[in-house]
Amino acid sequence: MVAEILKSMGQEPMVKGSEYYPRDPGPAPVDTHFHDGDFVEDVTLLDLRKLYLVENPEKGEQYRKLKAKTPARLGSGRSGPRYKTLTMLRFRADHAAAQDAVFSQVAEDYAQKNGLVSLQTRCKDKDEYLTRPDLGRIFDEENQAKLRREITGSPKVLIVIGDGLSSAAIHANAMDCMAAIRDGLKAKGIDTGKAVFVRYCRVGAGDAIGDVTGCELVCMLVGERPGLVTDKSMSAYITYKPHIGVSESSRTVVSNIHAQGTPAVEAGAHIASLIDTILRKKVSGVGLHLEAGA
Amino acid sequence: MSSILCSVGVDVGTTTTQLVVSQITAENKASSFAVPEMEITGREILYKSPIHFTPLLSGELVDGEKIRAIVDEEYAKAGIRREDVDTGAIIITGETSRKENAGTVLAAISDFAGDFVVATAGPDLESVLAAKGAGAVDASEHTEKPVLHMDIGGGTSNLALIGDGKILRTGCLNVGGRLMKFDDTGCITYISPVLQGLVSYRTGERITENQAMEVAVMLAQVLEMAAGLRQTGEILSRLTTQEAQTIEVAGEVIPSFSGGVADCIAQDFSWLEFGDLGPLLGRAIRRSRLCQGQYRLGSETIRATVIGAGCHSAQLSGSTVYYRNVELPLKNLQVATIALQEQDLPGDKLAHIIAQRLKSLEQWGVLALPGWNAPSYGQVTALADAITRAVQDQPCCIVLEEDMAKALGHALALRLPESTPCLCIDRVRLPQNSYLDVGAPVGPAISVVVKTLILSH
Repeated sequence: MVAEILKSMGQEPMVKGSEYYPRDPGPAPVDTHFHDGDFVEDVTLLDLRKLYLVENPEKGEQYRKLKAKTPARLGSGRSGPRYKTLTMLRFRADHAAAQDAVFSQVAEDYAQKNGLVSLQTRCKDKDEYLTRPDLGRIFDEENQAKLRREITGSPKVLIVIGDGLSSAAIHANAMDCMAAIRDGLKAKGIDTGKAVFVRYCRVGAGDAIGDVTGCELVCMLVGERPGLVTDKSMSAYITYKPHIGVSESSRTVVSNIHAQGTPAVEAGAHIASLIDTILRKKVSGVGLHLEAGA
Repeated sequence: MSSILCSVGVDVGTTTTQLVVSQITAENKASSFAVPEMEITGREILYKSPIHFTPLLSGELVDGEKIRAIVDEEYAKAGIRREDVDTGAIIITGETSRKENAGTVLAAISDFAGDFVVATAGPDLESVLAAKGAGAVDASEHTEKPVLHMDIGGGTSNLALIGDGKILRTGCLNVGGRLMKFDDTGCITYISPVLQGLVSYRTGERITENQAMEVAVMLAQVLEMAAGLRQTGEILSRLTTQEAQTIEVAGEVIPSFSGGVADCIAQDFSWLEFGDLGPLLGRAIRRSRLCQGQYRLGSETIRATVIGAGCHSAQLSGSTVYYRNVELPLKNLQVATIALQEQDLPGDKLAHIIAQRLKSLEQWGVLALPGWNAPSYGQVTALADAITRAVQDQPCCIVLEEDMAKALGHALALRLPESTPCLCIDRVRLPQNSYLDVGAPVGPAISVVVKTLILSH
């Protein structure tokens, strides 16, 4: 047994985001009039917007109505100057989920299963990815050669999926979103060829990909830094004429793509329209906003 | 990204006809890094017409020509042209909606008032618009108890039970200020047929203030019954209009008032001031159980319905929608609904049900589905396949509740013949037996009006 444990220690934890957080789609949140001290099987299943822990409130029902409008942790009551047990446990559970989303890996066979060209940036593991953002934007010779081999003919639109800071977000949203982007573009007569998956990916990796492939536009779907509300939020960064050194202001961003934000398929349809506009106007980012405002 | 709409409301009621012009502001509330989300952020009334008497040709016919002249005259006074009007509604209410030519007059005037002005009728909608116009819906968001709003007009009272900003139920009673009319000396000049068997007076008879007050008290008691403040009697169902269901209130409510009679609740008038029962009905309500506890007078009274029609009839669709080959506006689309549990049926069954529902409509209409929150793309394409098989080469008009219309629209566009008109919008709930008007685009969204009933004749 000891040998087994020792053996497994050397490897990186291979955990899919979805294993950490059994809420997607999972059982519906429990609507609860909860009393502190009650036994709760899984604190993450309680619907925070309905959880109100203040004892003997003057206008409890009205507070609940207000609470329903915000994910903020309000009306959690107190025990002396401290949080109540449940508030504390839930906070720690959400914080743990957020950390897990960062440290967990997108599944080994994710790219292969979904027919994606699989790349890895210069980072050799998660730790290096987190401590060296610069290495998360570039590729070694081997990966560049693979990219050159797989993506040929300078495509108009290249979809790139990057793990970024949340593997859970990619598992939850990327494929549905990409399918909607592809169909949306197809409806406008734009074909999208092979797509790319990048492990240990920063947004800037798309610029290096632009340089290697000569594509006209990169649309990167990337996991957002998780917060305490959700660990599954994804963003799309769309860059026209991407190349190393391109200004950050030239990216068009669609953020907050998750089940409680903009649903993946609807975001994909919107992104398809955005890409169509960007290709026609030949500009992305702030320039596109200025043009729309003019 | 903000848009300003010019909106017109016209209310052709039992007694009065009014018009308001308002400005509706819609803004993108999402940050520039998120998918846009247009919302109505402001409603400002720019012009209120004087209150005209509803012109009638005879007892059973509305004078369409004269109403048209009123609209024309008020547009000139307000300084707008029909081409300026982006949205709005003309509503025919109360006893006037039962006149023989109500439907044709309504349709003609809505066309005259502007391309995007919709024709509406029906006691349900009337209740909703009055409650919104009087501010009762907004007020209910800040009260612990539900609000029962009563718009007491000339011929009818429109009731709406509202909890937390949502209309829970609507109802309509034949209780109004003009069910009896008098001349200067107290001689009865008119008794509404709905009072037959309830009062023993006849036209031409002279009655005293006290006798008239008895009738007013009886009508106020009917309102008490509707509010659950008095044991219900047979008279309640007798005075419930044939189109409406009875409204049953369980538990305490906060009464709220609008309509012409509401002015007579706040202020005491001499009983023959307006030559009708209004002043006494107002007094009777003030003294009734309705006003013993907490109650509210509408922010608008006699104009509540017209302001509701002008400012609150249009709603916005979601901001990610799809349409092609569609010429807006689309009017009076009949709605075929698919239920929540039906949309998950296997493709061939679902296609069959969709085709059946659409074919059962009198004319080709709109298909309404709940949709799914955050669906997979597989669900989207499966639905698109089923819809394609069902509509074949007919125009395709889809309304969803959940946010997924643009994705479905794109999927449909790939499947339907290129020339087929296709419209796909979301964040709109269409009840069964409703009708839909699709108006002008507002930024990336589209303005729509959901109607509950169209006059049958």
